[in-house]
Amino acid sequence: MEIVTTVSKKENAPKTTERISGSEAIVRCLLAEGVDVLYGYPGGAIMPVYDELYKYQDKIHHVLTRHEQGATHAAQGYARISGKVGVAMATSGPGATNLITGIADAQIDSTPMVCITGQVSSHLLGSDAFQETDIVGISTPVTKWNHQVTKASEIPEVIAKAFYIAKSGRPGPVLIDITKDAQFEEFDFEYKKCTAIRSYNPVPDVNVTALQKAADLINTAKKPMIVWGQGVILGTAEAELKAVIEKAGIPSAWTILGASAIPTAHPLNIGMVGMHGNYAPNKLTNECDVLIAIGMRFDDRVTGNLKTYAKQAKIIHFEIDPSEVDKNVKTDVAVLGNAKESLQQLLPLLQEKKYPEWHQQFKDLYAVEFEKVIKNDIHPTKEGLTMGEVLNEINIQSKGDAAIISDVGQHQMIACRYANFTTTRSNITSGGLGTMGFALPAAIGAKMAAPDREVVMIAGDGGYQMTIQELGTIFQQKIPVKIVVLNNEFLGMVRQWQQLFFDKRYASTEMVNPDFVAIAKGYSIEAKKVTKRDELKEAVSEMMASKEAYFLEVCVEKEDNVFPMIPTGASVSDIRLC
Amino acid sequence: MSEQINTYTVSIYTENNVGLLNRISAIFQRRKINIESINSSISEIEGVTRWAIVVVISDEGIRKIIGQIEKQVEVIKAYYHTDDQIIYQESCLFKIKSDLLFEDDQIKNIISANHARIVTVERDFFVLEVSGNKNEIEVMYRELKPFGIMQFVRSGRIAVTKEELKISTLLQAFSA
Ligand SMILES: Cc1ncc(C[n+]2csc(CCOP(=O)(O)OP(=O)(O)O)c2C)c(N)n1
Repeated sequence: MEIVTTVSKKENAPKTTERISGSEAIVRCLLAEGVDVLYGYPGGAIMPVYDELYKYQDKIHHVLTRHEQGATHAAQGYARISGKVGVAMATSGPGATNLITGIADAQIDSTPMVCITGQVSSHLLGSDAFQETDIVGISTPVTKWNHQVTKASEIPEVIAKAFYIAKSGRPGPVLIDITKDAQFEEFDFEYKKCTAIRSYNPVPDVNVTALQKAADLINTAKKPMIVWGQGVILGTAEAELKAVIEKAGIPSAWTILGASAIPTAHPLNIGMVGMHGNYAPNKLTNECDVLIAIGMRFDDRVTGNLKTYAKQAKIIHFEIDPSEVDKNVKTDVAVLGNAKESLQQLLPLLQEKKYPEWHQQFKDLYAVEFEKVIKNDIHPTKEGLTMGEVLNEINIQSKGDAAIISDVGQHQMIACRYANFTTTRSNITSGGLGTMGFALPAAIGAKMAAPDREVVMIAGDGGYQMTIQELGTIFQQKIPVKIVVLNNEFLGMVRQWQQLFFDKRYASTEMVNPDFVAIAKGYSIEAKKVTKRDELKEAVSEMMASKEAYFLEVCVEKEDNVFPMIPTGASVSDIRLC
Repeated sequence: MSEQINTYTVSIYTENNVGLLNRISAIFQRRKINIESINSSISEIEGVTRWAIVVVISDEGIRKIIGQIEKQVEVIKAYYHTDDQIIYQESCLFKIKSDLLFEDDQIKNIISANHARIVTVERDFFVLEVSGNKNEIEVMYRELKPFGIMQFVRSGRIAVTKEELKISTLLQAFSA
């Protein structure tokens, strides 16, 4: 590679470009965007890029996952814990289609991710060539933006746009499909970052009038309640939120994706809303007089039946995405903009307040939930182990410092309910899509992006086996993640529904499982299985002390249920404790 | 939130990019909303495409759809209008046997009464073009039907709005 200064004939001005191939340009663009690690899987249509990755391996680390889905989830885990853009790469055809679940997950959970796929040569497009799929067509409804490149000269601009779009405004996944001939073609390379696109307004301006209206409503409220979501984390508005909460003295709850933005132990943190959230914030959603939603989108798992959701309350919605306003819940005041800026501007308009009686209502309902549910979950007296006590033990031994990467199911709800968070970006889980198999690969990405943090993955025996092959990635890359499988020998969450709503007809939810310890050991991962309560503490402590990857299987009660629960279609205030 | 169903004409200004049709139509398809007609063309601004999409939908539904359309990176701006807020036209072509044109005066009367235009006259057939709103075209269709229509085709609706849309100002603000 040499740098040549070509004098362009037309402009007669010297121009510093380099003549390189499209595939080298791809790697150079990634480097220019600060990418130091990416996840992927090679194949015919992307081989020229892998050849360049080989040349640049001292600058950019490509992690070979065991499946392209794993590459996307790893990129997501990387992005979720760091706020940086995660990058995944795959070949055309099956490689590209294997990315789709992760892309859909990133789309619904607003995760910044750039996926690069190889494509058959441009002259073969549309001819049903070997490993040709219309990945741009397939990925359209689940990407924030996508684009096919057929000429090398387009690569720098398109990749620059991809990164800008993925991370700006409400983040999301972008897919770039690059034909093989464009990868081979040589051109004069020059890279400029993208800073604006004329048809795209990522962050609407904060409207001062709306903000003042919101402040007035908050200042005159008798029973205000905040529900914050991931928008706070994506907008790095944690400190601003804390300042608002503390000054205005407002009891504040969170959605699953908002978890950890404010420490669990904060006195104004009243817990989780939604289907398996805490009793008090769900119940009192239907009693508050002003509901302040910050960076959350009123998902149906949060609101339950919309017809009976917070009807008595004035609704204020702080939101970056205008299409979310009035989508599910009609708002009285919408404050568009980035949460950080909006909350910064809101703070001086707020009066200092405390609501001791209102707050006491939350405490009283917490006491009810503790007595009926929490106590039995985390300090059980029955013989079988509970998922809650495992979480409690992890809390104690990690001092709440661990990032918890959970899969999907009962254990996920238990993890979100009981994990003790002290640091933001510590609850990484598939919220909107509920993708089983998310956790193990996501934990890989999270640990690589935050090597100094303790990363504990928690999965059920079902979801774990959906991406269990990523143990190979952990083994090969020597990634010191802690892998906890809470084994109830059931697809627990589905079994719970079958028990409650289908008269215990356990259709295809019982699992006959392999020897998980032997499998982990097959990958040279230290492994232990716990079946009794008195073994738990020591096993967790051994796991936490380990400097390497560690696998811990905990055999838990087979037919435990997660409560509280808002049955589908029921109102938040009809939340059941048993 | 009213559940009343209305005909709306959606006007969208976008960048001229491959794949946008797919992206926009997916927004309707996902909500199982039938597109009555769709038209895409150049607009008054160079390099900017204008779309006209007609849907029958509730007021709340159309507002949400517009939000989803505007959210797309390559969409500059999207609007929706009821029929009284726009000037709109559709255009259609009739292919009819030539001898009728010469033998039957009634057809000539229909042509002039409906402000139709003869596009071409061939040995075996002639082609009529007429523009108007859906009703006007339907009237013409009914009148010609008895004579035997060899082929008929109607375009999607195109529309301009009575109010100013200020797209140029929007784009200027960007380049400033
Ligand atoms: C890919 C995928 N398939 C199916 C489901 C439906 N589903 C939700 S939870 C669940 C059971 C999960 O079982 P397991 O992983 O053992 O966890 P547990 O609920 O027992 O903690 C299933 C099948 C899903 N969320 N994702």
